[in-house]
Amino acid sequence: MADLRINLAGIESPNPYWLASAPPTNSGYQVQRAFEAGWGGAVWKTLGEPIINTTARFAAVGFNGKKVAGFNNIELITDRPLEVNLKEIYETKKRFPNHAIIASLMVEPNREKWHEIVKRVEDVGVDGLELNFGCPHGMAERGMGAASGQQPDLVEAQTMWVKEAAKTPVIVKLTPNITDITVTARAAVQGGADAISMINTINSLAGVDIDTWNTIPHVAGKGAHGGYCGPAVKPIALNMVAECARNPHINVPISGIGGISAWRDAVEFMLMGAGGVQVCTAAMHHGFSIVEDMIDGLSNYLDEKGISSVQEIIGKSVERYSDWGNLDLNYRIVARINNDVCINCNKCHIACEDTSHQCIDMLTDPNGQKYLEVREDDCVGCNLCSIVCPEDGAIDMIELPQEQPPMTWNERQAVLAGYKDNEREAAK
Amino acid sequence: MSNGNRAFISLQDLQRNFDEVKSGLTPAEARDESNRCLYCYDAPCIQACPTGINIPSFIKKIASGNLKGSARTIMESNPVGASCARVCPTEELCEGACVLNDSTKPIMIGDLQRYATDWAIKNEQTLFKAGEKNGLKVAVIGGGPAGLSSARELALLGYEVTIFEAKEKAGGLNTYGIVSFRLPQKVSLWEVQQVEKLGVKIKTNTMIGRDIQPEEILANYDAVVLAVGMSKVPMLRIDGEDLVGVHDAIQFVEETKTKELSEAYIGKRVAVIGAGNTAIDAATCSVRLGAENVKILYRRTQEEMTAYDFEFEFAKQDNVEFRWLTAPKRIIGDEKGHVKQLECIRMQLGEPGADGRRGPAPIEGSEFLLEVDVVIKAIGQTRFTDLIESFGLEHQWGTVKVNLETYQTSNEKVFAAGDVIFGDGQGEAMVVTAAQQGKKTAYAIHQALKNSIIETA
Repeated sequence: MADLRINLAGIESPNPYWLASAPPTNSGYQVQRAFEAGWGGAVWKTLGEPIINTTARFAAVGFNGKKVAGFNNIELITDRPLEVNLKEIYETKKRFPNHAIIASLMVEPNREKWHEIVKRVEDVGVDGLELNFGCPHGMAERGMGAASGQQPDLVEAQTMWVKEAAKTPVIVKLTPNITDITVTARAAVQGGADAISMINTINSLAGVDIDTWNTIPHVAGKGAHGGYCGPAVKPIALNMVAECARNPHINVPISGIGGISAWRDAVEFMLMGAGGVQVCTAAMHHGFSIVEDMIDGLSNYLDEKGISSVQEIIGKSVERYSDWGNLDLNYRIVARINNDVCINCNKCHIACEDTSHQCIDMLTDPNGQKYLEVREDDCVGCNLCSIVCPEDGAIDMIELPQEQPPMTWNERQAVLAGYKDNEREAAK
Repeated sequence: MSNGNRAFISLQDLQRNFDEVKSGLTPAEARDESNRCLYCYDAPCIQACPTGINIPSFIKKIASGNLKGSARTIMESNPVGASCARVCPTEELCEGACVLNDSTKPIMIGDLQRYATDWAIKNEQTLFKAGEKNGLKVAVIGGGPAGLSSARELALLGYEVTIFEAKEKAGGLNTYGIVSFRLPQKVSLWEVQQVEKLGVKIKTNTMIGRDIQPEEILANYDAVVLAVGMSKVPMLRIDGEDLVGVHDAIQFVEETKTKELSEAYIGKRVAVIGAGNTAIDAATCSVRLGAENVKILYRRTQEEMTAYDFEFEFAKQDNVEFRWLTAPKRIIGDEKGHVKQLECIRMQLGEPGADGRRGPAPIEGSEFLLEVDVVIKAIGQTRFTDLIESFGLEHQWGTVKVNLETYQTSNEKVFAAGDVIFGDGQGEAMVVTAAQQGKKTAYAIHQALKNSIIETA
């Protein structure tokens, strides 16, 4: 069985699965239940000044009858006094010394306040700190959470203040509600962050009730934007992790967060550079026991691949992620339909005909049997037909032998520039 | 749906008729169905499974693509879980308990269980490792579901286990007694192989009393598990029982699983006596062997029959006729000693007896003749009473008495599980309960012997 232990910026845990700072990590009772179920670590729900919450707080977005494709919340940080949380962190760490407990922190952008809270949580034995610069609602109005996380200078300064006092590793949690996350990630690194985690939730409105015209959720008939998470945000999070992982100036470990629901998601995040992952929505949907398959599935995956430690896969796909300008313009794939598998729903035809490149023909063979065929010369290899195809194996995307040597946009531009230079030279 | 029953019986290729009738789920079906599971907490399906398989967990693992983990979750709780996926009366167990019965339709748990275990069989997975040897030895007598299950758990706990099996192969009922078109033999043999891979020795063709004596076993092992099941079908005690064409249902089914299929039944008229699951098996095998007409005769009514509903439905779809309130009185042969006719008598039901079932009584003068070529007896099974007595165990009509907590017999060194303890108001006859009892004997043995492990260690 593969070794699932990770070491993220010096924080060790028995497996890569941490519960994210969120409702599941609100109390010692919950975190201890989670550790019993197998979670490797927990980022304790953000500690800070006493907070008042609203009712209701959560809403979910389903998709075609499936519940919780995405999840939206307007809950705030911990609703319990700091002393109670500190006592429970201490007790939990004592009971589970090998599991990672990270304290999520949020205070006003004030150096002394940061020093004070860092000292207090480290005194009870946390393994690391996570600075919540991401919470998109409620706290932002008070200059905290996303309000500070959207300003690179504030991210850098606050990280620096924390680092002045901290003895344990400091993780900076970043908000996705920003144009380029690598900017704030670099600010965190410049401030001395030992690691970064992403993403926090995305500004969202879950829906509008078309009968009452209220927002979903609403608080006495009024709504405000919440934070979006769950499976729907995974591609956004994965891109942000990847962008940071491939940025040479962001040379710290990344804790991946965003829509991770099963072991495959964790593998993807780790391949894209995450040193570990954090989970919330999936646990809120199904309970802590889902971690059993997350561990078992990951372990079986690594065994099958002959990989002895999960840490070996970290970042293995990063070099395959680049800018559009570095993609080979001469690479060609085309769709091929396997008529023995095809069930003749014609979805590929209409997708191509109406919305892509009109290259899938509906034909009839001499026996009167209908079939579909791709005109490969006209196919641009966009994947759309295989995406809408409901039948496994009915459409393959086939790599064509390359007729011309690989050439990227950037290379092409460079060649053109050289050609122009030569022309200019020749004109002289 | 791809798993409808076969409608066509080939007279040219009998083997085809014995292929598994239900096809397994396709990957797309398994994906859709597994994602439909709610992943309930404290799920009623787990409670309803006699072996307590963590059903939501194995289904989630199918959904996540962790098929090895899924198979392990199943087989961990039920060492014959691949067979049970096919033979369990799921609508009375897990699927009957599914909360979706009250909302849409229950999850196809049996089919998903088959999907995961089929994957493990196909991909030649080894799912478990034997425990560290603890120096103690246990003999398991009988390599059927109860014996295999006990041996598997004991091997995981570190015992050196030897199974003594009278037949050529282990697996018991699953290998020999359940019709191939419901349970192919290779599934059962894979389960046997999984147990063997844990270092369990299986001595086949080894009969107690003939090849090895009970005293020898009692002297050489620290504990003994008696899991010998039941024996052949009892005599009808009517005239003509020795005619050519009269068969024991258990042996009849076994022959379809062990020998080349006989063409002797093509076009024949068959009467099966009894209406339990074995009777259904014998009847549906007869249909598949090409019999022209197959009747099940039962002296009571549909109400009292012991066959599962799905078995009954299955037989009806195979065009098996059911003659209720009909008992055989005499089998009549021709001049060559072959079955020619069956004399029957109509019955009526009286008041409920001690077992709650209404007792049948013959109606005077209602005798009639059926033209038949074959009579198959399926009126229950006899007991290995001599074997039980050779171990000196207390029993009631061949049902070994056990403490239902510990499965310990009157000899504290001997534990018993499976059909050998079924009957007389004790236990249940399902494969899945035998598997659970087998596990429990292992835990009881470990409980009784663990102190001696510490001493020897």
